[in-house]
Amino acid sequence: MRALGHVFKYGDNVDTDVIIPARYLNSFDAQELASHAMADIDPEFVDKVQPGDIIVANKNFGCGSSREHAPLCLKTAGVSCVIAETFARIFYRNAINIGLPIIECPEAAKGIEAGDEVEIDFDSGKIYNRTKGTEFQGQPFPEFMQKLIAAGGLVKYTNAKKGD
Amino acid sequence: MGMTMTQKILAAHAGLDSVEAGQLIEAKLDIVMANDITGPMALPIFKEMADKVYDKDKVVLVPDHFTPNKDIKSAENSKSIRDFAREQGLTWYFEQGKSGVEHAILPEAGVVVAGECIIGADSHTCTYGALGAFSTGVGTTDIATGMATGELWFKVPGAMKFVLTGKPGPYVSGKDIIIHIIGKIGVDGALYRSMEFVGEGVKELSMDDRFTMANMAIEAGAKNGIFPVDEKAAAYMEEHSAKAYKVYEADADAVYEEVIEIDLSKVRPTVAFPHLPGNAKTIDEIEAMDPIAINQVVIGSCTNGRMEDMRKAAAILKGHKVHEDVRVMVIPATQKIYKQCIAEGLLDIFVDAGCAVNTPSCGPCMGGHMGVMAAGERCVSTTNRNFVGRMGHVESLIYLASPEVAAASAIAGCIANPEKVGDR
Repeated sequence: MRALGHVFKYGDNVDTDVIIPARYLNSFDAQELASHAMADIDPEFVDKVQPGDIIVANKNFGCGSSREHAPLCLKTAGVSCVIAETFARIFYRNAINIGLPIIECPEAAKGIEAGDEVEIDFDSGKIYNRTKGTEFQGQPFPEFMQKLIAAGGLVKYTNAKKGD
Repeated sequence: MGMTMTQKILAAHAGLDSVEAGQLIEAKLDIVMANDITGPMALPIFKEMADKVYDKDKVVLVPDHFTPNKDIKSAENSKSIRDFAREQGLTWYFEQGKSGVEHAILPEAGVVVAGECIIGADSHTCTYGALGAFSTGVGTTDIATGMATGELWFKVPGAMKFVLTGKPGPYVSGKDIIIHIIGKIGVDGALYRSMEFVGEGVKELSMDDRFTMANMAIEAGAKNGIFPVDEKAAAYMEEHSAKAYKVYEADADAVYEEVIEIDLSKVRPTVAFPHLPGNAKTIDEIEAMDPIAINQVVIGSCTNGRMEDMRKAAAILKGHKVHEDVRVMVIPATQKIYKQCIAEGLLDIFVDAGCAVNTPSCGPCMGGHMGVMAAGERCVSTTNRNFVGRMGHVESLIYLASPEVAAASAIAGCIANPEKVGDR
């Protein structure tokens, strides 16, 4: 599986309140949530984002609330992957559970700028910055998480296990 | 190799003799909790996996975020979990008027005790670590899976040990200590790890102090915060719960990735400035600055809406009036606390001072309702997050503080030192 898109770049500690403010949490409709993605950090995001685009950020992306609405709104808005130096742990779990690819890679977080065209090969974890002609190696997922992802997420994994 | 408190609880719930940091395990769950934001979203996911919850005594639903419901959509959401709780015959469904804020009501009602493995679809689920439980926040798919199967995967966390010594000063409580700690290590200082609070200083902390500190472990990025079970914790559980509890102690040779000593006698009243809970300033640093005028004060939440918080705020406010430019919301976290405030005359003190006293709810904490701010407004709040736009407009500012600093600030109209209220 590969992803290709242009980059939206953010800094440290992008919290789930700015990704999807609580005032919109009276709904869990994915399309409606997507229409407010990144509302309080980048109000132009929803108008500019194209299917396949990639978010790159520094430390502790997705910190704060446990709202799964956050990775869901990004995925539904068209984001194909989030690359960050580190992720907050609940966001990390939620992203895997709903099938939003995420990659920890401090070098890529530093070496990619807003607007760069980036390609990702999820099988190898390789990140290519086509604009700058550079390449980075992302952290591969541990085996158990690869199993979860391969099963199609936690719900399918759980149902498959029941059938064993 | 020795294990931490957290690792021992996880090993026991995974049916393993031992675990180590980084290991992926599947553990059995003692309590699975969701609220009126995360619960409704979990129901359709749950139904993909099961018709019945794994145990009607262990799945808990608490409508507290947008309740009393703020609009039609939130009313529909609350209705969906109310109907589900009835259909499934859940033992623990906490309705408005008979409950309160999730992380205050679960310990108070005796739903959670030491030694348990608990997940909640709310990031502040780490609160129950104050009782010596492993307790952590998860998302909607995780909670739906927990409701259906009673099991969940975890990565065993490494740990940081905080050795507390000394005794806190008269106007210093759990909130000051935890903001001080997050200020020291940063908002990702404990990322993916446990924060274990130990040492002689623990006995100087009330249970309410410990709930406040464990509650904000997530604000340092931690998976959980946890305290050892001492006489105070045991007495609390015996008073509140009929459940049997189990005490897990860390091994003498448990591995800690970092050990940090905190002398509680040196911690000052401490405030977290916008826009991060780790942006800590002591009251002495604040007094050296130009006064920071405020428009709103919030005293309540899962962090600081407990009985001691109410008493501390009332002791400062007694006989004073709220500053003419300030609106104050006092929100006792549960009905029991609300009633105790009436019995002790605290409600009179709040209302006479000019505070609005609201019904138990998360209220303004995450900008839901009952205290949302306009552009340019500033709030001193006893809640747990001061992110951009958390309590309303992206240009509003939140200063996180203890109930005593919040009450002193309400009187002064600017961020104020509770030690000096008597001088005014």
